[in-house]
Amino acid sequence: MGENIDLKLMDEEGRRIDGRKFDELRPIKIEANVLKRADGSAYLEWGGNKILAAVYGPREAHPRHLQDPTKARVQCRYNMAAFSVMDRKRPGPDRRSVEISKILSEALEYVIFTEQFPRTTIDIFIEILQAEAGTRCSGLTAASVALADAGIPMRDLIVSCAFGKIAGKVVLDLRKEEDNFGEADVPLAIVPRTEEIVLLQMDGHLTTNEFQEGLSMAMKACKNIYGLQREALRKRYSTVIDKNEEKEKKEEKKEKEEVVQ
Amino acid sequence: MDNVEKTADSSNGNKLERELVIPGDHLSEEDLKSGMGTYSDSGRIYASRLGVKNIRAGYINVVPLGGRYIPRPGDYVIGSIIDIGPSNWLVDINAPYPAPLHVNEVPWRVEFGDTARFLKVGDTILVKIQNVDEIKRVHVTMNDHDLRRLSGGLITEISHSKVPRVIGKGGSMITLIKRYTKCRMFVGQNGRIWIDGDAKDIMIAVETIERIEAEAQVMGLTDAIKAFLEEHYSLDARVS
Repeated sequence: MGENIDLKLMDEEGRRIDGRKFDELRPIKIEANVLKRADGSAYLEWGGNKILAAVYGPREAHPRHLQDPTKARVQCRYNMAAFSVMDRKRPGPDRRSVEISKILSEALEYVIFTEQFPRTTIDIFIEILQAEAGTRCSGLTAASVALADAGIPMRDLIVSCAFGKIAGKVVLDLRKEEDNFGEADVPLAIVPRTEEIVLLQMDGHLTTNEFQEGLSMAMKACKNIYGLQREALRKRYSTVIDKNEEKEKKEEKKEKEEVVQ
Repeated sequence: MDNVEKTADSSNGNKLERELVIPGDHLSEEDLKSGMGTYSDSGRIYASRLGVKNIRAGYINVVPLGGRYIPRPGDYVIGSIIDIGPSNWLVDINAPYPAPLHVNEVPWRVEFGDTARFLKVGDTILVKIQNVDEIKRVHVTMNDHDLRRLSGGLITEISHSKVPRVIGKGGSMITLIKRYTKCRMFVGQNGRIWIDGDAKDIMIAVETIERIEAEAQVMGLTDAIKAFLEEHYSLDARVS
């Protein structure tokens, strides 16, 4: 972070290297229920990030001594594919992915009604197929869609988004170059209904004012992403319900026609 | 099988709104009580699961569209033996919890350590959920009418939330399938369905069930399924 290189992260007009404005998100696409064998799943594309999230459970916790008689365990596994980054990533858990797995489990556990499923575990798998900065935020966003898809009772969906500082300016949703050569990166996750913060990390330096500015910007962006998450779930499930209404309408039409005849 | 149709059924013409709700959705301004699949926070009721909103008897519920089967006392389920102990069998009932079946809960007199003679690993049995305690320890029993080891036939699995549709209002759907296919069938509340009959009939029954699962939310499903079965059986008659 903050290395000296000849890269202009923001031009005179306030445009970033990919042409975004300071408060603009990368394009996001979410799809729910993409895996047949998982209880719930989601696929998410966020700029150059491509992420698959799968949820299994609640299911019996193994080994037995990990069972908690009062509530379910929420186990999240964040994993980067070997081919997800430019240099091959050595497969398997490392210091970074163990940390991310832990903070994501804790964020998700906060919204899940774990007490409804004592002695079980809810396993969440987040697979990063392609990475381009902000994978923990994208992963968390995808995981909460997958959880809802799995029919797991929860208080709300979790939405996540990052803000940071590049070229002396607070911006939203850093991409790779901005993350590598910018001054700060702050991933953040919220419960949109109550605006509670369930994940907050900071790399780099920000003044209190900059932080507040970024926070309110990220909160606003999270609300937008929340809309996308809901849309994804709606799209997957409302067809089931809409089919009815269509049929009903058809029947009504028929009846009317019969009356006319 | 008297456990019929808990989801709102609109086949008899009364229109019910079927609103899809997502966890965290605020459900109603009205003075209703928080029911299944919901939670209340500072006096307001929100959905806790993905499902269809349903108001009944002063309670607001969310009928889930998916999720795992959670055992409830009194449910009839189809289980398979996964382990044998000296005085009990461990039954997989398609829930997050395995359910022990104690020797006192079977209709046979079993000597201590002689359990394997009666039920073996892999056997499929029809059991009733006897008791579920606060930490969700599940006990099942075979001491009830018609509970037995299932031999022959085939097991197919559907989502447990679709079970009421397969049974139909007052058992209408299941009797329809039985009448046409002449199969013996049993639908467990855990989403497992046992079908026995001629191989050809079983295939049609399975196909019918798959169709019910896919179109579970469609109105007038019983009629559509009737037409579907009619088609199959009249075609068969023409061939032979």
